[in-house]
Amino acid sequence: MSTQATACIVGAFEHPTRKAGDKSLAQLHAEVAKGALEDAGLSKDDVDGYFCDTEAPGLGALSMVDYLGLQVRHMDNTDTGGSAYLLHVAHAAQAIAAGKCRVALITLAGRPRSAGQSAEPRVDYNVPDMPFEMPYGPTVVNTYGLCAMRHMHEFGTTSEQLAWIKVAASQHAQHNPHAMLRKPVTVEEVLASPMISDPLHRLDCCVVSDGGGALVVVSPEVARDLKRPAVRVIGSGEAAKHPSGGRVDLSFSAAAWAGRQAFDEAGVKPSDIQYASIYDSFTITVLMQLEDLGFCEKGAGGRFVADGNLISGVGRLPFNTDGGGLCNNHPGNRGGMTKVIEAVRQLRGEAHPAVQVKDCRLALASGMGGWMGSRHGSGVLILERTH
Amino acid sequence: MSTERVLPCPEINVENQAYWNAAAESRLLVKHCADCGHNHFYPRAICPHCFSDQTQWRESSGTGTIYSFSVMRRVAHPYAIAYIALDDGVTIMSNIVDCDLDALAIGQRVKVAFRPSDGPLMIPVFVPA
Repeated sequence: MSTQATACIVGAFEHPTRKAGDKSLAQLHAEVAKGALEDAGLSKDDVDGYFCDTEAPGLGALSMVDYLGLQVRHMDNTDTGGSAYLLHVAHAAQAIAAGKCRVALITLAGRPRSAGQSAEPRVDYNVPDMPFEMPYGPTVVNTYGLCAMRHMHEFGTTSEQLAWIKVAASQHAQHNPHAMLRKPVTVEEVLASPMISDPLHRLDCCVVSDGGGALVVVSPEVARDLKRPAVRVIGSGEAAKHPSGGRVDLSFSAAAWAGRQAFDEAGVKPSDIQYASIYDSFTITVLMQLEDLGFCEKGAGGRFVADGNLISGVGRLPFNTDGGGLCNNHPGNRGGMTKVIEAVRQLRGEAHPAVQVKDCRLALASGMGGWMGSRHGSGVLILERTH
Repeated sequence: MSTERVLPCPEINVENQAYWNAAAESRLLVKHCADCGHNHFYPRAICPHCFSDQTQWRESSGTGTIYSFSVMRRVAHPYAIAYIALDDGVTIMSNIVDCDLDALAIGQRVKVAFRPSDGPLMIPVFVPA
């Protein structure tokens, strides 16, 4: 077991808003920071490490540290898109193990819905791949579409099977009063929704929402003095995958590499996991991660997700019991934070009773950032209840 | 049938200038490494396979097969984005144009063509072979 296995998540907060036209971006960061620290029973003066993505306003963490009134000795702005917050948790655990900080605060906020802001990359032709890709109109949805088309071709995956992922998320979202899409949907309704980019329908896509979330990761010494249940970070992995100089292989994602690291570090197997938060920008994102993380054989994801196998209380692997990005929340077009938060809820026994996994002791959270059809970053955490 | 989508003109730099000069002459270039012997794409000065600086421009056959594609439907001018597995051993992102968007298939043979952008550059795209 590695040294970082000792760090604990003691605070987690998901902003209840899904549309924040009346709040600034910095304000959302402060509100989620306050929420997570109050959840932990800590104050902002306890924070000595701060983590945010590169969309947080200001140069790196500097403006946010100023705005929040923090005095820190460790900062990290690692950005892999929507998976960044899983890397932040891992990096916080590493920093704590190295003695660089004791109380790490991680914040995410975004308001793309109010700002009418797309999830597409800002065009910058100093980015070396852009001159060779941007003329062709790559978007988030059509590059994930490339993955789904290839998966269907190689493994016989069907749109019906992908639709089951949305169905499962919607079954969970009906119990979440904050979820954007609370109405359960059927496979037929997913297939009847408009085709956005082949083979992904509108209901294969996640929501666009404002809001955010925050986490507090602390040393075991700090965790011991707190009243809230602590969630130990017992394994983590991160990986980047890309078109490899023209050796494109869309059959798997970086989660295959990150997952192996996380499972090896934690010393557990996929079959030990009782609850999984799986990044769900699109249905295909979930399916490929499930295969890559080893929950089923490569190519068997379609059969694995069908017939409600991801529905809590029904299937073998309850996933995204908050409704996920597909139905609940995808704040700032970045869904990794809410993946960790729901895993923490499950391990604390604080998920909605209708979706709470009984005696949940071991959970996994998987993030997928960027474009799975080209360059993307995966972060995987394995989390354990302490008592 | 054919896409009416405007191809945005990228900005170019000294590292990729030759590629775009060739495109203006209806030639598709890839980079070849004299040290490791492999082609790569998109083109770099330093080989991403072996880190040699002995990279050379090579003219592609311009033929290949569709590795994957997706037709963007909810836009004014639907278009097909695709990865093309070139016969030269590299897979590249492009559009498939002048085709029936509903008849595309993975494994279909395609060949390069060149279309004007909204700026000075010509853009390599693919059409059914």
